[in-house]
Amino acid sequence: MKTDRRGFLAGSLALALAPGYLRAESTARIVVVGGGYGGATAARWLGALGHDVVLVEANRSYTSCPFSNTVLGGFGTMEELSFGYGDPGPVRVALNRAETVDTTGREVVLADGTALPYDRLVLAPGVDLLFDALEGYDEAAAGIMPHAWKAGPQTELLRRQLEAMEDGGVVAIVAPANPYRCPPGPYERACLIAHYLKEEKPRSKILILDAKDQFSKRPLFEEAWAELYPGMIEWVPMSAGGNVIRVEPEAMTIETDFERHEVDVANVIPPQSAGAIARAAGVADPTGWCPVDPGTFESTLVPSVHVLGDACFAGAMPKSAFSANAQAKVAALAIDAMLRDEAPPVPKLINTCYSLAAPDYGFTVAGVYAPQDGLIAEVEGSGGISPVGAPREVRQLEAEYARNWFNTITGEAFG
Amino acid sequence: MRIIASTVATFALAGVAAAQSLPPPGATSCSGCHGTELSLEPFSAEEIVAALAAYRDGSREATVMDRIARGFTEEEGRAIAEWIAENRHED
Ligand SMILES: Cc1cc2nc3c(=O)[nH]c(=O)nc-3n(C[C@H](O)[C@H](O)[C@H](O)COP(=O)(O)OP(=O)(O)OC[C@H]3O[C@@H](n4cnc5c(N)ncnc54)[C@H](O)[C@@H]3O)c2cc1C
Ligand code: HEC
Repeated sequence: MKTDRRGFLAGSLALALAPGYLRAESTARIVVVGGGYGGATAARWLGALGHDVVLVEANRSYTSCPFSNTVLGGFGTMEELSFGYGDPGPVRVALNRAETVDTTGREVVLADGTALPYDRLVLAPGVDLLFDALEGYDEAAAGIMPHAWKAGPQTELLRRQLEAMEDGGVVAIVAPANPYRCPPGPYERACLIAHYLKEEKPRSKILILDAKDQFSKRPLFEEAWAELYPGMIEWVPMSAGGNVIRVEPEAMTIETDFERHEVDVANVIPPQSAGAIARAAGVADPTGWCPVDPGTFESTLVPSVHVLGDACFAGAMPKSAFSANAQAKVAALAIDAMLRDEAPPVPKLINTCYSLAAPDYGFTVAGVYAPQDGLIAEVEGSGGISPVGAPREVRQLEAEYARNWFNTITGEAFG
Repeated sequence: MRIIASTVATFALAGVAAAQSLPPPGATSCSGCHGTELSLEPFSAEEIVAALAAYRDGSREATVMDRIARGFTEEEGRAIAEWIAENRHED
């Protein structure tokens, strides 16, 4: 498959940074499973590199988790989160669920029975939520106590519940132990729900029941809570009784090691693992996540299968859309080199997670990463969080940059 | 093929600039933030190198670039800058 650099790259410098060099026709078949931030980016880059790529995605359109907390905050819309697969660049799209992988015969089998042969397989299925890992929290419970950790109807349900709640109500957010998708996500969510409640139902409270004693960007969140939402958000760490052991959706109660909380809205974020297809392919280890080579994202358990994004164990890199997108580009270049029998390049990767504490109040955690001793490690001296105590203008600027980031990265992944 | 929901035609190769090269380590991560917004198009390789150096030593104000630039050596920064300048969009 030949690719026109201009055709593929049109309209976006993000894509102009894609490798523009062109080669003879590639005959290798590449299947990418999962059209999220990781898989959609990988498919485009592999296509631009001249390979024959099929992207397998179960849903007709993608709903972004990044920025979905703005819907809960009442200042973002579901439409802004929705992306289609209509313009996938030089990639074929199969809108279907991948059911199994035959890693010996090198075939992906779809739900309708179609078999897609591959020379290289990329798995980017994101996470599965582990229902029943928390007593009382099964799939039906999520209809009463939404997780909203996969954006879509769950986000809308949680929003409706917040809208229906009386002033003076209690909203609980149950935050899981590490590792999980989007480490700062529960705390950003607390901020943006508080933003809504402060305007509409100022006597209400938010209770974060946490299975951890620490969390990402904590000093920045605590600063923002005190500054923007004094008295509204209470964080209960594990050691102070935050660990939730049981939920009762009918009674709307949440039980911790110490206490039973009766709440009005419950957002339960359960433990997670790599998506089912990764486990079916045998690339997940007993932790539920997929160990990979830090330079190529090839599975250390099954050859010719690459795993990226939330599903992989990426050492020091957090499970974020930014990471998934960065890993996708590294994996695409590695696969391209390997198919030419060349040594894959030794990569460097960046992650940055923007969080909003209010529509005009943003901050970040950033890191630069490189392979070290078989894992992905943070480059010493790099990264860190936005300065604590920075003036409001800086928070405002970072909120603007957060939107720039969202527009840029969704453009790169979804066109 | 039945299962393929949408197929996109491949394009002609007219007018593609030559001398394209593979990106050096780190370069592909920059496009997570720098695209049509926060564009790096106006800048020469020298300007990008100078900006990265200033972010690294803290002499240039930044919200995030200081923390990113400190993850790259001067040589890495130069390779990235040259690659970005070489592969800029020429439409
Ligand atoms: C509330 C919230 C806020 C967040 N905010 C941010 C943020 O601000 N910045 C940030 O960087 N990250 C953020 N994240 C994290 C981000 O959403 C994830 O890290 C990111 O989506 C991971 O990308 P992925 O490609 O690995 O998986 P996903 O984006 O989940 O994509 C996986 C895709 O694979 C498909 N799929 C799975 N299995 C199959 C199968 N068998 N067959 C076919 N298709 C399949 C799914 O339908 C899905 O489209 C946030 C997450 C949450 C929950
Ligand atoms: C997390 C998003 C992000 C990433 C990733 C990122 N940048 Fe930046 N960049 C910014 C922002 C924001 C600014 C404005 C300065 C600031 O506030 O830090 C900027 C400014 C710059 C500037 C100065 C532009 C001007 O207008 O003067 C250059 C050059 C630059 N970046 C190069 C790079 C390179 C090279 C990389 C990859 C190694 C990179 N950036 C990665 C966000 C990013």
